[in-house]
Amino acid sequence: MNTDLIVAVIVSAIAYGTPLVLAGLGELLAERSGVLNLGVEGMMLMGAVTGFFVSQQLGGPGWAVLIVAMIMAAVAGALMALIHAFLSITVRVNQIVSGLALTIFAGMAGLSSYAGQVWGIGGQHGLHQLTRVDLFGLGEIPVIGPILFDQDPFVYLSWGLVVLVAWYLYRTRTGLYLRAVGESPRSADAMGINVTRYRYVHTTVGGALAGLGGAYFTLAIAPIWTDGLTAGAGWIAIALVIFAFWRPDVLLLGAYLFGALSSLGFTLQAHGVQMPSEFFSSLPYLMTVVVLAGASTTLARRRIGTPASLGVPYVREEG
Amino acid sequence: MEGTTPATARIRDGVPLLEMRGITKRFAGVVADDGVDFDVRAGEIHTLFGENGAGKSTLMRVLYGFHHPDAGEIRLQGSPVSIASPADAIRHGIGMIHQHFMLVNTLSVADNVALGLRSSRGPLTDPGRVSERIRQLSETYHLQVDPQALIWQLSVGERQRVEIVKALYRNATLLILDEPTAVLTPQEVDDLFAVLRRMAEDGKGLVFISHKVREVLGLSDRITVLRAGHKVGTLPAASATRDQLVQMMVGHALPARDLAAETGATEGAPDRTPSDRAPSDRATAIESGPGVTVGAGTPVTPIPATPAAGAGTGAAAAAGAPRLVVRDLTVRGDRGADAVRGLSLEVRGGEIVGIAGVSGNGQRELAEAIAGLRRPSSGSIVLEGTELAGGSPARGRAVGLGYVPEERMRDGVVPDFSVAENLLLVDSHEPAFSRLGFLRSGEIRRHCEELVRTFDIRTPTLEAPARTLSGGNIQKLIMARELSREPRVLLVAQPTRGIDVAAAQYIHDRLREQRGRGIGVLIISEDLDEVMALADRILVMYEGAIIGEAAPRASTRASIGLMMAGVRPEAPADAGPRATA
Ligand SMILES: Nc1ncnc2c1ncn2[C@@H]1O[C@H](COP(=O)(O)OP(=O)(O)OP(=O)(O)O)[C@@H](O)[C@H]1O
Ligand SMILES: [Mg+2]
Repeated sequence: MNTDLIVAVIVSAIAYGTPLVLAGLGELLAERSGVLNLGVEGMMLMGAVTGFFVSQQLGGPGWAVLIVAMIMAAVAGALMALIHAFLSITVRVNQIVSGLALTIFAGMAGLSSYAGQVWGIGGQHGLHQLTRVDLFGLGEIPVIGPILFDQDPFVYLSWGLVVLVAWYLYRTRTGLYLRAVGESPRSADAMGINVTRYRYVHTTVGGALAGLGGAYFTLAIAPIWTDGLTAGAGWIAIALVIFAFWRPDVLLLGAYLFGALSSLGFTLQAHGVQMPSEFFSSLPYLMTVVVLAGASTTLARRRIGTPASLGVPYVREEG
Repeated sequence: MEGTTPATARIRDGVPLLEMRGITKRFAGVVADDGVDFDVRAGEIHTLFGENGAGKSTLMRVLYGFHHPDAGEIRLQGSPVSIASPADAIRHGIGMIHQHFMLVNTLSVADNVALGLRSSRGPLTDPGRVSERIRQLSETYHLQVDPQALIWQLSVGERQRVEIVKALYRNATLLILDEPTAVLTPQEVDDLFAVLRRMAEDGKGLVFISHKVREVLGLSDRITVLRAGHKVGTLPAASATRDQLVQMMVGHALPARDLAAETGATEGAPDRTPSDRAPSDRATAIESGPGVTVGAGTPVTPIPATPAAGAGTGAAAAAGAPRLVVRDLTVRGDRGADAVRGLSLEVRGGEIVGIAGVSGNGQRELAEAIAGLRRPSSGSIVLEGTELAGGSPARGRAVGLGYVPEERMRDGVVPDFSVAENLLLVDSHEPAFSRLGFLRSGEIRRHCEELVRTFDIRTPTLEAPARTLSGGNIQKLIMARELSREPRVLLVAQPTRGIDVAAAQYIHDRLREQRGRGIGVLIISEDLDEVMALADRILVMYEGAIIGEAAPRASTRASIGLMMAGVRPEAPADAGPRATA
């Protein structure tokens, strides 16, 4: 394989991996607090449709429109997550049920499709799209230029967020308390940490990131809206968190690996490499099996780091 | 009354530090506390004493904001306060060391201590400074902890030290200690008491909970006794006696010798002649009852070859053939180093072998290796011809190993399962309880009711989840389950940790009874009094090996204490009478 091809594969891996990074980080934060959010797919779709709608409505300079659109997409995701937080933390509905219900409610043939219809944005061609920003003119450097310095703002944002979340988790007090809440809410409570608040905040922020991840599809990858266009990315994001052992750095790599596998078929075709397409479409699933098998070896299991209270509501008086 | 308490001198003004008035707390099916009054003065150590399930922890959890009382009021320094959460309690300067550890297992000691604290570095954590402070504290107070260690790697005793360090670090003005000594060695207890006395002298108020009468009398200024959620009375420790306390606790007198043996009143070797061993009235009643050992329908395996079998009196039988033989066992600990190093021991049928030692010397790893929970790196563990080393817990159970683990909440019960389910956990395949794979509920109910009654497990119903039981009652539940089986060898870690005096007596009697049936009993205990009261032979474990053997009758606490500290006995250890009369 020549260098060009390798660079092309990596660049498209990053493009396809970025929504996974964003949504995955969001899920990671929620799960670290002990809340399993299976509504990610629904939240991504709401982010995608909201972001696209806002970008179609607003006038003004393109960058400003896109920033507002991104913010509104995050708000849409956050509102959805707030519903999940209320149901699973306050009302203590089973978290799996609540998350699934949200995905069904917002997903394909649900609220996001309905919004698309009501807003009449289906089939519209987008007026704005995030474009690549050549940082410091370094994009021309061979190999690393296109990979590191010639990406769209979402990608830079996702890198910043990975660093931020890692720093937050392992270096800040709030991050430490978050890990304690996810691991042993009772101990955290005994130390005066507000378990409910931590869970609400991180679930909601997680939803905002899922909304952003969804908006990446309609604002960056291709500026159009079609029903269910995230095509399961939300579910891959949830799986990624497990594969990453709840660590943001590993999550970034995992997301790009999945991104590469999902896009390899097109990229190779575009470069004239002939391979059976069935092979490529099965790659992500093959990879899932391989990673799961790896994760279940003894060594990996000892370090795996599942938050011990994941999915379990906390009730102080039931000690 | 006040004139006799040393606390009087330290009281600054007339207002107590803490007053709790008419505290009532109900749970579904039980009234844990019923109109309890309790107060603590600045500079005093006030002990709460009472049976398992009396409501001690609940009262203190109300104070710490874990439970909302159904009635009653709390005043701190004279003014009424509402404590709605632990955060409120902490704000009011209240600290609590809980009966069950409140530690985050995946975090380091320093991180656990730092939880909820302000940091000198604003939003950032400050592990360096916290570790430094921990080191200082552990030096000042002789509480050895490594700030970098992860909690899950620590022994129970070490974890308890972390809890104490956590409380010291916060400098609370009112400190609640819910059974802090249950998992400490005598030396550690002395150190802790020195710390507590110093804190009291500094004008802090302390609430202390313990089942060990000697500790209670030695440490407290005043003692409040609870029984079944009611306050029986408060008395100055200086004028209280052991008998008086226990009588208040259970509502009637216990035969004197029980108390002497179980509360470690005797220095040196307790007198253990069988004629002296009059079972308590409760134990007698139960022993004469039918179907004690297993539920109706399960045949009790007759065990021949042991003269005392069937007598059930608890007299030591002449030790029979070796049941459990451990040879050159080496087991790696969680931190990668060998925790058990070439250890050998033997347990015969009809004897109780006690392993004494300071916690963290490999006892936990030894127990886990025998139980099949930890794979030894070399050596063998043979139970009557079957090699257990490297096997599973199921293999041990199949050949007749009974096991009561050290950390019961984690390894011994499923907290969300009901009392009945927990009692059945390992027996559910028994023909008496299941037919064609389906559980037979009638038999099960009878069996469980029997156990709950004979072991006096205080639970509202058989269906209550195990986590709602009081600490001591969870212990009793596991003991009931393991003792109701008919094991060939019984391995018990910390048999009576956290169990009240009367119930401890009962469990000891049951262990002696098992010995009388010819069962080989191996107990691992950090409570030297207990080992000396129970064991026929004492093996002292130090740094992963048996450093010496002692006969309880021929040894003193001091000589065993020396071995526990790593001093080898000079003459070859007096093996003592292998077969105690
Ligand atoms: N969360 C809960 N839900 C239901 N019942 C409970 C709960 N906590 C305690 N109880 C019940 O309240 C009673 C008092 O329990 P508590 O833990 O206060 O006893 P204790 O005096 O501390 O006993 P121990 O010496 O065994 O620790 C017990 O009957 C217990 O079963
Ligand atoms: Mg208690």
